[in-house]
Amino acid sequence: MSVAVRWLPCGPCATMVELDDPEAPAVLRAALAADVAVRGAAIDVVPAARTLLVTHEPGATAAVREAMERAVAGLGIAARPAASAAPLVEVPVVYDGEDLAEVASRVGRSVAEVVAMHAGAEYRVAFCGFAPGFAYLRGLDARLVLPRRATPRPRVPAGSVAIAAEYSAVYPGASPGGWHLLGTTRMAMWDASRADAPAVLVPGMRVRFVPEAR
Amino acid sequence: MSGASGGGAALVVVAPGVATTVQDAGRAGWAHLGVPRAGAADRSSHRLANRLVGNAEGAAALETSGGLAVRAEGGPLVVAVAGADASLEVDGAAVDAGRAVALAAGTVLRVGVPRRGIRIYVAVAGGIAGLAVLGSRSADALSGIVPVPVAAGARLAIGSPAVGGAAPAVGAVPPIAATAAAPPVADYLALWPGPRSDRFDDATRSLIASSPWTVTPESNRVGVRLAGPAIASHDALESEPLVRGAVQVPPSGGLVVMLADHPTTGGYPVVGVVDEASVDALAQARPGDSVRFRWRRASDPQTASSPPRP
Repeated sequence: MSVAVRWLPCGPCATMVELDDPEAPAVLRAALAADVAVRGAAIDVVPAARTLLVTHEPGATAAVREAMERAVAGLGIAARPAASAAPLVEVPVVYDGEDLAEVASRVGRSVAEVVAMHAGAEYRVAFCGFAPGFAYLRGLDARLVLPRRATPRPRVPAGSVAIAAEYSAVYPGASPGGWHLLGTTRMAMWDASRADAPAVLVPGMRVRFVPEAR
Repeated sequence: MSGASGGGAALVVVAPGVATTVQDAGRAGWAHLGVPRAGAADRSSHRLANRLVGNAEGAAALETSGGLAVRAEGGPLVVAVAGADASLEVDGAAVDAGRAVALAAGTVLRVGVPRRGIRIYVAVAGGIAGLAVLGSRSADALSGIVPVPVAAGARLAIGSPAVGGAAPAVGAVPPIAATAAAPPVADYLALWPGPRSDRFDDATRSLIASSPWTVTPESNRVGVRLAGPAIASHDALESEPLVRGAVQVPPSGGLVVMLADHPTTGGYPVVGVVDEASVDALAQARPGDSVRFRWRRASDPQTASSPPRP
């Protein structure tokens, strides 16, 4: 496959690239994480929806850009890690979300069908953001795509399983939020005291939601 | 690492003051999990305070907007203050900023409200110890990570002064008045093109650089909000990574310059990126202060806007 690439300016201490494939940023991050040259020069390697950012000291611009170009070229020729090779996380969900009935009504399906569609898909962690451990999951059934709520809630409970646009996510902690709430998980998505792996969901991982009784 | 309940030297918080937090060089390496970098808002003043007491540049120190009082306990300490200009007293006697100062056991350092600038750094030889979260003791306003809370009565354990380097002789470093006591709010903030510069036409980019912008009271460690001329807004984009210094154009008007606790990704277009030295200067701007931008081109030398290191 071939990916259209655009380099975006981002100041003296960062290098950013835009890719026309929403799966590419997480794949590129994995490639860069394995690159010794990048590990020596990069401060952070941050994927997002269609872009990837590497922050670095001003003097490392050339080295980082060269390594990124190598990794981007690899997107086109090397076999991507097979989807089935990425670690799979199963997230147990009680489908008791406040917005479940409204979502069902807006997409013209029954609640049971919405649950079956949400739990029937396999997701990939595209990137994280918004809050520590908040992972944007791609792979949502196209029939469930809805814009964010017109009025965000001031407080969404921790563990809320939600959807908006083409994404699903789990709110790792209580926070404001504008996504549609389908259910709740008891899985702790974020624990800063797990110093080697504070987040359950990391870019590139596969995710399934497994319905469980209340 | 010294335990918080150990009997070693400590700073006891007598009065926590305004917006006082523990800050080091920040939580690098976790942005891909949505964790803000945090760390000192004005990095150069934080570095200077640490250098004055012989610490590693990224050691944990106090960042405050004044009204702070701390008492040395369990032994004498050496402290240094840099950043915004404020009155400093040790047991009632005025002392200088920008130099190492002895704090005998039982004596109290009082930091007044800033006369100029807004963020003051108090470093202690040995650095503030205690629990680190994901490699950093920095408080992060956005995600609520606060490894070392600063509240009245809190006892902040102090680490051992740097191995190999003797503790600095008190007063050995002359006051650096111009740098330490009056951080310049730069005449111009150096603004480099940002990822979405091309979404804004030449007239808009010129307007950003030709107009004064006023720091608003909603500014905090997450971002400095600037009010100024109306800038044509754009639809939100898909989430993009953000850097410190990124200048967002939100639909609500004005500009937001990302500071230490900025979110790792955002959906508003970033028209430009303020460079490191200019972000430090902006971090000292007070609500009501006026700032201006000057565009830089990719072909400009990258160090052109940096002041000499102290």
